[in-house]
Amino acid sequence: MAMTVQLDVVSAEEKIFSGLVESIQVTGSEGELGILPGHIPLLTGIKPGMVRIVKQFGEEHLIYVAGGVLEVQPHTITVLADVAVRAEDLDEQAALAAQKSATEAMQHAGADFNYAEAAAQLAEAIAQLRLIQKLRKK
Amino acid sequence: MAGAKEIKSKIGSINNTRKITSAMEKVAVSKMRRAQERVAHSRPYAEGMRKVIGNIANGTLEYRHPFLTERPVKNVGYIVISTDRGLCGGLNTNEFKRVMIDLRTWKEQGVNAEFAVIGNKATAFFKRFGGKVVAQQVGSGDTPRLADVIGTVRVMLNEYSEGKIDRLFLVYNNFVNTMKQEPVIEQLLPLPKAEMSARSHSWDYIYEPDPKAILDKLLDRYVESQVYQGVVENAASEQAARMVAMKAATDNAGSLMDDLKLVYNKARQAAITQELSEIVGGAAAV
Repeated sequence: MAMTVQLDVVSAEEKIFSGLVESIQVTGSEGELGILPGHIPLLTGIKPGMVRIVKQFGEEHLIYVAGGVLEVQPHTITVLADVAVRAEDLDEQAALAAQKSATEAMQHAGADFNYAEAAAQLAEAIAQLRLIQKLRKK
Repeated sequence: MAGAKEIKSKIGSINNTRKITSAMEKVAVSKMRRAQERVAHSRPYAEGMRKVIGNIANGTLEYRHPFLTERPVKNVGYIVISTDRGLCGGLNTNEFKRVMIDLRTWKEQGVNAEFAVIGNKATAFFKRFGGKVVAQQVGSGDTPRLADVIGTVRVMLNEYSEGKIDRLFLVYNNFVNTMKQEPVIEQLLPLPKAEMSARSHSWDYIYEPDPKAILDKLLDRYVESQVYQGVVENAASEQAARMVAMKAATDNAGSLMDDLKLVYNKARQAAITQELSEIVGGAAAV
């Protein structure tokens, strides 16, 4: 019987995979990685792409991950997967939207009860517009 | 029978209210179940994350990340998670009270605070309170996504990195069980020191590309996952609190209706008796 190692693929919103595997293949931030049982401790970022898993008894399994972090220990492998494609500028954009929304909500005195909701919708719309502009540029 | 008619319409309106509250209760029950599942789903990630960070802390590491180092406290930051909607008992009020108490102790030490708010109720509260709100996020709905909290968390992490705040706290309602939700304040940054377990030999990871880049990425995600966990806990608490509040409202409406029915019947009977005695009195006079 082939050697196996415990693999957990988890994202912040759910547990994606958990079980014994013979090997896994992922795209690390520095290149393709193939990991077999007994690998020395390794910590690396992973790029958006497929994770190819060979389960115990040779069954293959493909999982899409939108980036994340891979941790390898001799007897356990953990993939901390992101739920969405992340990039520095996209994160920054989300941050700006949150800030803008806050300043607007605070500045407008005498706003009625539904003001916060309106501010949120506006911020959302602006963020979407920005994304569209970004996509057009590409 | 003028009084009786008024009472009857009152009973009708209370009955309508009761129908609404009992429907809301039932909705909250089913939503709570789903919210609880979500809490359970997000746990493995946080655990995995904690394990990795624990390993890093145990490993011999040459790089000290700013998120791991304590510094003198001049300013503090809070991420306050509240609900978007009301009618959930004292859930938000208790939480804000808790923040105010905490804030007072900081104020006494001459420490200023800024806030990032998640949810309509916190936005409205801090607008009235006049705190310095640097980020806001509303409208996550019943199915909060991690993407919803990234922006807010990013703002606070930037503030921390720039030295505008020296400590970051997370405030949310912890879901203990259906009957009990308690507001908690957790320290996010700097990371609370975990007790170091003694190791027989020292080892370290191979880092790709380098410890700094990977640790930056990891710690950002760690904070995000903590905040997300807070959001889903809070969502479960909201539904539980609403369920309890609506159950109480439904019960109250029921007992109020019973009381009113008694009054109504008394009034009806009194009217009949009066009518009868008038007829009898009239017949006697003839």
